Amino acid sequence: MAKGMTSVTRKILMALSGFFLLVFLLQHCAINFLSVISPDTFNEVSHFMGTNPLIQFLLQPVLAFGLVFHLAMGIVLELQNRDARPVKYAVNKPGENASWVSRNMIITGIMIFLFLLLHSADFWFPELKVKYIDGDMTGMTAEGHFRYYEELQHQFHNPIRVGLYALSFVFLSLHLMHGFQSAFQSVGFQHNKYTPIIKKLGTIYAIVIPAAFVFIALYHFINA
Amino acid sequence: MNLTLKIWRQKNANDKGKMVSYNVTDISEHMSFLEMLDVLNEELVAKGEEPVAFDHDCREGICGMCSLHINGEAHGPDRGITTCQLHMRMFKDGDTIHIEPFRAKAFPVIKDLIVDRSAFDRIQQAGGYISVNTSGNTQDANAIPIPKADADLSMDAATCIGCGACVASCKNASAMLFVSAKVSQYALLPQGQVEAKDRVLNMVNQMDKEGFGNCTNTGACEVECPKNISISNIARMNREYLSASMKDD
Repeated sequence: MAKGMTSVTRKILMALSGFFLLVFLLQHCAINFLSVISPDTFNEVSHFMGTNPLIQFLLQPVLAFGLVFHLAMGIVLELQNRDARPVKYAVNKPGENASWVSRNMIITGIMIFLFLLLHSADFWFPELKVKYIDGDMTGMTAEGHFRYYEELQHQFHNPIRVGLYALSFVFLSLHLMHGFQSAFQSVGFQHNKYTPIIKKLGTIYAIVIPAAFVFIALYHFINA
Repeated sequence: MNLTLKIWRQKNANDKGKMVSYNVTDISEHMSFLEMLDVLNEELVAKGEEPVAFDHDCREGICGMCSLHINGEAHGPDRGITTCQLHMRMFKDGDTIHIEPFRAKAFPVIKDLIVDRSAFDRIQQAGGYISVNTSGNTQDANAIPIPKADADLSMDAATCIGCGACVASCKNASAMLFVSAKVSQYALLPQGQVEAKDRVLNMVNQMDKEGFGNCTNTGACEVECPKNISISNIARMNREYLSASMKDD
């Protein structure tokens, strides 16, 4: 995948897929938050997202591709970068010149990927089964009401699952702390006035979005 | 002051190499780091041992020849200086100082602390120049109006001495700060526009061919750079690269 590309192309593609995932994360968080505000609206929006052909057959595959691309490219970059320094330093102080989050994107990234496997097993794979294997596109329970809110509550009954989700969002937060502002640098956006604002925005995004996800999980756990 | 030095010794490019301990005594805090190594080498020569090989030339921070990874940092613990400008007052009596060569696949060790940085020369040769005929009717550069801010930024980029501290500090052994400084110093000036497209494409290609790693924006390079070259140059190079990639011949 990365062969034939220069290091600058790889960097720009990593940033563009990152931007796409930032937007996805924002809309996912907004929809999830509806479950706190209004279960009915959450059900309706979930049903729309889950049955709209444009979202299901265009945006969903693009999202899956974007995720896999970002992960695969991250692993390729890590392997190439390790190869670029075959003999390590006997004494090295990387903390003197770069933050932990910027140096360990591969660790936080892989933790997020592991979370995504769990998350898909919890929600996405069962959803695909119901809709495309069982052929039930109604989104209804046997009692005749939307099933999405109930399923959400059901998943967050388990304290271990809620704990795992909360921990995963810590890794997501660490990943975003570097990733958000780094993506702008990668596509060549550097501005005396706006870059400091982007860095601040990145920190806010990296705290607020994961915190909102954790809040939603805890809310349903407590209210279950 | 008395110090313990742990220095990387390697007979030649094929030797495996290892860290060797030396004790030096009565080191003045006013000495430069390289003068301290000179003292060690004089003692080694007096004992009939092989002196430690290390690169140096101007010893005033402008030639880019000295290197060394000292106690885990390129050019040592001080900021905005080269190893030749590092003074022993930065250390304390009784300290143990680890001295290693810059580490990167693209900077192979030749002997002890000397690494081959000719990869940088080849990157420069790939596009780090402007073609000017010196036929006698060359336009006076001062006659071309250039915005002051651009001239300043170009000069800032041009202060890169090509020492390789950026590569040595980067966890990925990436050379992006060096290459971006060399691209930027021309990209900001009208004289650099004629060959702008080929310059960035060819220099980036050569950088990759040399086996440097990918930049992941950790920013370690600009912290350790003895000339304080900013990573805003890397953003500029990425822009130049994007725009060059989209242009037809």
